[in-house]
Amino acid sequence: MRDSLGTGVSLVYLARLREAFGVPCERIEAPPHVNTVGALRAWLAARGGAWASELAPGRAVRVAVNHDLAGDDTPISAGDEIAIFPPVTGG
Amino acid sequence: MPVRVQTEDFDVGRELAALRNSDRSIGAVAAFIGTVRDVNSNATVSSMTLEHYPGMTEKALATIVADAKARWSIAEALVIHRVGPLLPADQIVLVACTSAHRGEAFAACEFIMDYLKTRAPFWKKEETPEGARWVEARASDDDAAARWQAARKGHEQA
Repeated sequence: MRDSLGTGVSLVYLARLREAFGVPCERIEAPPHVNTVGALRAWLAARGGAWASELAPGRAVRVAVNHDLAGDDTPISAGDEIAIFPPVTGG
Repeated sequence: MPVRVQTEDFDVGRELAALRNSDRSIGAVAAFIGTVRDVNSNATVSSMTLEHYPGMTEKALATIVADAKARWSIAEALVIHRVGPLLPADQIVLVACTSAHRGEAFAACEFIMDYLKTRAPFWKKEETPEGARWVEARASDDDAAARWQAARKGHEQA
């Protein structure tokens, strides 16, 4: 059983967002209230700079939790891999 | 394996022959091939790079293929998507479906392609005379995927 709050998750940034943030991935320890995708996005945006502009409400950002597309309400837990990326453009 | 992500090119004839596998119950093979254009959004494109999210890509494509197989009576489905550097006229993606009759094969093939465009984690970065730029997602792609949901709702209500 994994802890649900205040524990480490892996973040992965892809495509344009990886370039905007200047890092491909990081491991973070989020505070306990950051327990959903939406809360994580707001928490990261509070870093300011590119984080604030790219993750601002209304910007088209997609999030996947453990390789599945997620919504703002999707819960996040210790050990999750959470990817943040722009809308996809393959095909 | 019905889903492949690879840097190397693919031979459509060979892939379709393998997919058909001499199955005499198959009466239809529908295939879509996406290729690199040399112009996009009013700029000349000299090359592009396809990036993806390893792990999620394969999972997302497998889910899309499973959805198509649940929705239509298709015998086999194949998705090959290239990643890495590509040039104009290069092949990017192959989607192929086999079935007894053409209707199911056409529909399943288009469904897989529409969902791939909106749900599979690939991104294109183009080289243009003004520099490199990430391709922006199109609202028309979301619309194309959404109509399959509308079609399903209509089907369930009927």
